[in-house]
Amino acid sequence: MANKETLNNVLITGENSYASVEDSIGRLILKPQLHQRGWWIFFFIGLAGTGLLGVSITWLVYQGVGIWGNNQPVAWAFDIVNFVWWIGIGHAGTLISAILLLFKQQWRNSINRFAEAMTIFAVMCAGLYPLLHTGRPWVAIFWLFPYPNIMGMWPQFRSALEWDVFAVSTYFTISLVFWFMGLIPDFATMRDRSRNKFGKIAFAILSLGWRGSNQHWHRYEQANMLLAGLSTPLVLSVHTIVSYDFAISTVIGWNVTVFPPYFVAGAVFAGFAMVMNFLIPVRAYYGLKDLVTIRHIDWMCKILLATGMIVFYGYILEVFYGFYSGNVFETALTKDWRFNGPYSGYYWALILCNGIIPQLFWIPKMRTNLLVVWLVSFVVGIGMWLERFVIIPISLTNNYLPASNKMYYPTMWDFMMFGGTIGFFIFLMMLFLRFLPAINIFEMKDLLHKVINDESKVEPTVEAMNSKMNPTPAKEEVPA
Amino acid sequence: MAQIFKPSANHITQATLMGLAIGVPTVWLAIAALSRSPANTKVNVPLNQPIPFSHQHHAWELGIDCRYCHTSVEKSSYAGLPATETCMSCHSQIWTNSPLLEPVRQSYETGTPIKWNLVNKVPDFVHFNHSIHISRGLNCNTCHGPVQHMQITYKGNSFQMQWCLECHRAPDRHIYKDETRPDLQPRQQVFNLYWKYQTTGLDGLSERERALMLGTFNGTDNPKEREAGKQLVKDYGIKVQQLADCSVCHY
Repeated sequence: MANKETLNNVLITGENSYASVEDSIGRLILKPQLHQRGWWIFFFIGLAGTGLLGVSITWLVYQGVGIWGNNQPVAWAFDIVNFVWWIGIGHAGTLISAILLLFKQQWRNSINRFAEAMTIFAVMCAGLYPLLHTGRPWVAIFWLFPYPNIMGMWPQFRSALEWDVFAVSTYFTISLVFWFMGLIPDFATMRDRSRNKFGKIAFAILSLGWRGSNQHWHRYEQANMLLAGLSTPLVLSVHTIVSYDFAISTVIGWNVTVFPPYFVAGAVFAGFAMVMNFLIPVRAYYGLKDLVTIRHIDWMCKILLATGMIVFYGYILEVFYGFYSGNVFETALTKDWRFNGPYSGYYWALILCNGIIPQLFWIPKMRTNLLVVWLVSFVVGIGMWLERFVIIPISLTNNYLPASNKMYYPTMWDFMMFGGTIGFFIFLMMLFLRFLPAINIFEMKDLLHKVINDESKVEPTVEAMNSKMNPTPAKEEVPA
Repeated sequence: MAQIFKPSANHITQATLMGLAIGVPTVWLAIAALSRSPANTKVNVPLNQPIPFSHQHHAWELGIDCRYCHTSVEKSSYAGLPATETCMSCHSQIWTNSPLLEPVRQSYETGTPIKWNLVNKVPDFVHFNHSIHISRGLNCNTCHGPVQHMQITYKGNSFQMQWCLECHRAPDRHIYKDETRPDLQPRQQVFNLYWKYQTTGLDGLSERERALMLGTFNGTDNPKEREAGKQLVKDYGIKVQQLADCSVCHY
C-alpha cells in the first residue's frame, strides 16, 4: 500500500478530464478483466459467508433460538449486538448523502455512492436479526407490522421495539430510494457507454428513460434535495430509537439518558470506519486515487476522531453515572462487571479500541498514512462491536437479584451467523463494485467543472489542474 | 445513437407502474377478504357426516334438550359428543330398519365409535371452556349460530381470534339476562330460551332473543342494553381488564 500521496486541497488530482473521470469509474463495470484475482478472492469469501448465513438461518429456523447461547436472564445477546452494530455502520452513508449534501460539502461527492451502498447492505444485514431472533420469522410479521389481521391483534405501540420497526424500515426505504435516484443519471451514462447488448438493456431499464434534459436535471435536483431533507432527521432518529430499546428499560447499565446522542455518534463513528476499511483497498486496487484523494481520507479521519471523542465521552459519563447515581446496583455493575470481573477484558479492550487508539488521528501524519488509517478503522469496527457487547449481554448478566446473575457464553452458531452476515455484506459489496458505478460519475464531473473553473469558493484550489491548461477536446465527451 | 427501446416502452413502463400500484393492494385485499370468507372459515358451509344427522329435526321438531347429547357442556370445557348408546336409546326402538342409521347400528354392534367430523374447532394452543360461558348465561347460539334450524350442521361463526376478542374485549355487548324470568340462574336461562321459543314461537321473544335464536346477533350497541350488560359483568364478577389477556385462552 503506497502511503506517499501528497495532501493538498484539491478534490480531484492527476490529469483528469470529464471523459477520463467517466472512464475511470465506468470501466469497473465495462471491463470485466479489471476485476482480477483480488476481486474473485473476496467474491468467493463473500459467497462462502452468504452460504454460511444460509446454513445458520436454516438451522435456526429448524431448531429454534436454543442453538444460540442466549439464556435467562441474557435474552438478548449476539442477535441484538449484531443488529445494533450493523445499523450503526449504515449511518455514515446517510450522514454523507444527506447532511453533507445540505451543508454543500463538495468532498462528499466521491464517497457518497460507496457509503450509501454500504448503508443499504448494512441495513439488510441488520434487518435479519430482529426477524430471526424471534426464532419464527414468519410469525414476526404480525408481531412487528401493524396490519388488520384475523386475530384482532396489534403490536404494542408503546414499546420502543415497535418504534424500531418503523425507524429501521423507514430508514431502509428512504436510503434505497435516495441511492437509486442518485444512480439514475449514472445508469444512463453506463447505458450510453456500454458495448454489450445485455448491459445496454439492463442499464436502459434501470435508467428509467433518463435523457439528461434540463427538465430531468431540474426534477432530479429537486427530488435530491427533498430526499436529503427527509433523510437528515433519520441520521439522528434511527439510532436514537435503537438506543431507546435499552435506555427506556430498567435494566442496570441500560437505563442511561446519554444513550441517544452517544449511540448516534457511535453509529457515525463505526460507519466511517467501515467506509475507510473498504474504500482504502478499493481506491488502491482500482486506481481511483485521483478521485478519492488523501484529502478525503484526512477529512474522514477527522470525523472519526470527532465522533470517537463523543463516544469516549459517553463511556466516561457511564462510569460517572455509575457512581454519581448512588445506586448500589449501578455502582456494582461498573465496578464488578466492567472494571473487574469475568468480562473486564472486553470492557478494557473497548476503551482501548474506541477511546485510546483513535486519538492517533490528532497527529496529521497518521491521518495520511493509509496503513495506519486502515488499521485504526479496523480496530474501531471491533471496538464498536465490543461496545454493544459490553452494553447488551454484560448488563443482562448482572441483575437486581444476585441469584439471577448468570454468565453468557456464545455458541458456534452465534459466531457463524455473525460471520455469515459479514460474508453477505462483502458479497453484496463485491457485486456492487462489479455491476454499479461505485463513485458518482455526474457529481464528479460537476466537481471537476467547479475545480477547473475555480467556481467553488468553499474549496480553493491551490494547484491548478492540468486539464485546465490542456482542456480535453469537446468531441471526446459524451453528452451528460 | 440508436435507441435501445421503442417509444412504446414508455407506455409499457407506465402501465407496469400503474399495474403495480393497483395490483399489489388488490392482491393484499383479496388475501384479506379470502381469509375472512366462508371459503376459509367454513361459516354456513354444511359439513358432511357419516350419518346425515339433523339438529333441525331433533332439537327443534322433537324438542330434545341440547344437554341430552352434549352432556358435559355445563360442567366441562368440552361439550361432549354423544356415545352411540345415546343414539340407540331411541333408535333401538324407532327407525330400527332405516338404512341411514346403519352406521349407528354397526357402531353399536362392533363397539367402534362413530367418526363424526368436527365442525367447530379451535387450534391446539387455545383452551376454550364451555362451562364458564354457559354459567355466565351465554346462549349456545351466540357462538354456534341457529343450530336448532340446521339440517346438516355448519359453523355459525368464524372462530377466528378477532371474533373471540369482540366479546372478550367488550363483554357488556353480549352478556344478557332474560328480564321476564328473573328467577332463573344464568345457566338455566341458556336452555330456557329454547323452551320459550318452542312454546311461544318467534313472536314471544324479544328482538334480541329473536336475533340470538336465528343466529344473527352480533352484540348490542343499544346504550340501555350495554348499561344492563355492564351491570351483569359487575354482578358476575367478570374481570374485563384481564379478559383479553393472552393467558386467558393460551396457557
